[in-house]
Amino acid sequence: MTDTPLSRIRNFAIIAHIDHGKSTLADRLIQATGALTDREMTNQVLDNMDLERERGITIKAQTVRLAYPAQDGQTYTLNLMDTPGHVDFAYEVSRSLAACEGSLLVVDASQGVEAQTLANVYQAIDAGHEIVPVLNKVDLPAAEPERVRQQIEDVIGLDAADAVLISAKTGLNIEGVLEALVRRLPPPTGDAGAALTALLVDSWYDQYLGVVILVRIKDGRLKRGQRIRMMSSGAAHVVDQVGVFSPRMVPVDDLGPGEIGYITAAIKTVADCNVGDTLTDDRNPATTALPGFKPSVPVVWCGLYPTDSDDFEKLRDSLGKLRLNDASFHYEAETSAALGFGFRCGFLGLLHLEIIQERLSREFDLDLIATAPSVVYRVHRTNGTTEELHNPADMPDGSVIDHIDEPWIKATIMVPDEHLGAVLTLCNDRRGQQADLTYVGNRAMAVYRLPLNEVVFDFYDRLKSVSRGYASFDYQMDGYEPGELVRISIMVNGDPVDALSFIAHRSAAEARGRSICVKLKDLIPRQLFKIAVQAAIGGRVIARETIGALSKDVTAKCYGGDISRKRKLLEKQKEGKKRMRQFGKVEIPQSAFLAALKMDA
Amino acid sequence: MQLPLALYIHWPFCLAKCPYCDFNSHVRERIDQRRFAAALRRELEWEAERLGRRRLGSIFFGGGTPSLMAPETVAALIADATRLFVAPPDLEITLEANPTSVEAGRFAAFRHAGVNRVSLGVQSLDDAALRLLGREHSAAQALAALDIARRTFPRHSFDLIYARPGQDLAGWRAELRQALGIAADHLSLYQLTIEPGTGFAALHRRGAIILPDDDTGAALYDATAEEASRHGLDAYEVSNYARPGAESRHNLAYWRYADYAGIGPGAHGRVSIGNALLATRRHRAPEPWAERVERNGHGSTDEAPVSAQERGREMLLMGLRLTEGIDEDRFAARTGLSLDAAIDHDTLVRAQDAGYLLRGEGRLRATGEGRKRLDALLTALVL
Repeated sequence: MTDTPLSRIRNFAIIAHIDHGKSTLADRLIQATGALTDREMTNQVLDNMDLERERGITIKAQTVRLAYPAQDGQTYTLNLMDTPGHVDFAYEVSRSLAACEGSLLVVDASQGVEAQTLANVYQAIDAGHEIVPVLNKVDLPAAEPERVRQQIEDVIGLDAADAVLISAKTGLNIEGVLEALVRRLPPPTGDAGAALTALLVDSWYDQYLGVVILVRIKDGRLKRGQRIRMMSSGAAHVVDQVGVFSPRMVPVDDLGPGEIGYITAAIKTVADCNVGDTLTDDRNPATTALPGFKPSVPVVWCGLYPTDSDDFEKLRDSLGKLRLNDASFHYEAETSAALGFGFRCGFLGLLHLEIIQERLSREFDLDLIATAPSVVYRVHRTNGTTEELHNPADMPDGSVIDHIDEPWIKATIMVPDEHLGAVLTLCNDRRGQQADLTYVGNRAMAVYRLPLNEVVFDFYDRLKSVSRGYASFDYQMDGYEPGELVRISIMVNGDPVDALSFIAHRSAAEARGRSICVKLKDLIPRQLFKIAVQAAIGGRVIARETIGALSKDVTAKCYGGDISRKRKLLEKQKEGKKRMRQFGKVEIPQSAFLAALKMDA
Repeated sequence: MQLPLALYIHWPFCLAKCPYCDFNSHVRERIDQRRFAAALRRELEWEAERLGRRRLGSIFFGGGTPSLMAPETVAALIADATRLFVAPPDLEITLEANPTSVEAGRFAAFRHAGVNRVSLGVQSLDDAALRLLGREHSAAQALAALDIARRTFPRHSFDLIYARPGQDLAGWRAELRQALGIAADHLSLYQLTIEPGTGFAALHRRGAIILPDDDTGAALYDATAEEASRHGLDAYEVSNYARPGAESRHNLAYWRYADYAGIGPGAHGRVSIGNALLATRRHRAPEPWAERVERNGHGSTDEAPVSAQERGREMLLMGLRLTEGIDEDRFAARTGLSLDAAIDHDTLVRAQDAGYLLRGEGRLRATGEGRKRLDALLTALVL
């Protein structure tokens, strides 16, 4: 099973925009090679999690090994690598791509190239891939294969003359895709006799097997019983099981160069398995690790708090369980005067944040409050030290700050011509710097540099709304630059509300401060005394709203028979007040926080 | 000097249950008048025995609908009370009545029994509103009953309910002016509130009735005080208006947190026995209450002494309803706490600044603005 010569192995990834048919094509390839019978096929075999299936997003890399008898009479081993499908997982994508020699670029023949496709295809090109363009949905009346072929050449600069025209849905020309893989993709290279080097592509937690590691062998052989070493951490483990995905897990004796498969080695958490790490033989280690390893670093942070403070321990357990399978998100306990006990959590990006939040509520039945997302700032103090800052509450006093650097991104936005103006205005409002603007037919492609801080503040929602949902967006991190950043504190009757403070560029501070004051005015119910809601930078108030006193609240009838009941009610209300989030003498119901924070997320 | 005792006697039966009412009232096909009369008298005897022969300031027949009582029963209870306690010649004896023709027909008999003040549940002078409120009488019947009351009793008062669904400021002013035109020297003017467990509560939940919002409620409240005072009736309590001197002495006893004894099913009391202030209450359901009285001489249940802190809370929540407020010395004597030990100082200062509370001349008083927000004020003020 593992003595396939390198010349008959092809490792490939599929690059596609959401809905352009990646999963359907994968299903067809699995079916056409007989890896699963028709009866075993469920729709979109590879997307395991409900959430993945619903959103068309793959979070974990997955793979399937196909045996394809080609027209040249030889049977080839085709390893399909399903990569995570979003820019938040750009590093994970790059490691999946590094495990392959080529990619299928799947483009909807009526929709054309989208921003997301573009970012991924550039990554594939960077990984040295041979790329086979595939035009999908050619059976649809709206299909314009010629126009899209031209677009691929113009926008991406790929020769699309030999693009494979298919319909994944109907199964049209799936054979053509398989033949193109065999003929056009280079076979992997590697030396079975050299010291073992295997790329750790991804890992996940299986409740029966423990951690399962997806690997691509570069050199040497990986065997059951072998003692392996992770080159970044130095940790050593004995391999329990070696296998391949057919797509079911099938144990094999060993894996050789060019092959993709899995191992288990009694590893307890994925946090011990860094994506991009190199596995080698503990007794006969390789001298150099494979290139490209980076530890994963959260880009976006926010506070997560249970709505019901009794759920704190449940939240801790749930975060622990999620982290078993996702080492890229970080959490540490924190307390807020406003929200009580919770966790500061770090994510690879906004989508990652959203996915974790949604899984916490869906799989663990937790009701959460999330504070406004913050990016990671670098604060340079006047004394020459530098620190990373991702919680506005931790911002040091202005007098000790020399300057602050903020992260920038390079965003690619594709949008129909008629909405371009609105999109450009949005980008400019968000301190964007235009890097490129090109047209492909009636679609414009704008490349902007933007501060990430402006993107985490409702940018997606605004983009969707100004483009009526037609804009596609993708980004990559693009370094740090100094910015005029200030912390805006929100005060209720003069007391700062920690959970509502945020960091913004000086130019946006006043407008945002005012907008949150206006929102709070609507959200905080009128109380006995009037309430001042203020936004301030340092000691300077930049916005103020007043919530008037409640107009009437008195029991109409209260006689001798009502007194016990009234007193008990009063005592109960006093107890209830103790549980409210109190700021000085002001009670802010949790629902108000929820709404105030939601609107800014 | 200790205030005289107020005596409350509860008659738990009504002809029909009104949809806004959460009082302890019951509808029965037949009522054993003699049995309940005997039980009330027996329980009064029992209560008087433990209270001793103290000064009596008022008797109040409430319900339910006490105007459905046999006048002989009322007479017997008044006679018992004046014998068991020390009664002044001007003892205030109030009876609640519905303004139906049947009941108005018995006013003379009640007067003869000793009742000298009647409080009529008129509720509205608008027939459509009376139907909405589930009342058994019409506006015309109410006016007729008021006329008889005026001729029969030295003092009378009547109740109206306002801030009803759909009621606006102009409509209420007109109705109230008509009422003030026929009022004697006392009116109780209540804003409609939805009480849990009532017929209105269910309708309200379904959205079938919608009350005016708080701002409208506040405007209606202000207009009420303004109209009443133009007719010489001052707000002496959140919902009660009277010419000076014509206040309900019995109800003042509650708000001043004086001793009051409660006789009859579901009746509450606060009575000093020795050094303790006892919270008393009677079994709510009429028949089991009567059985207990017949067996034990009383239907009392769950009596408990009221702690100093609880006394402070109760005196504050009652006393601040009154325009006159709370006498600080009486507060200390009654509760064993100084006023400052019972209230939150910071809230006091802010409430004074906001014009909700006044303190001075040995009293703490809520202003009109403060009384209008009293529930919220108490939650913050009371420790």
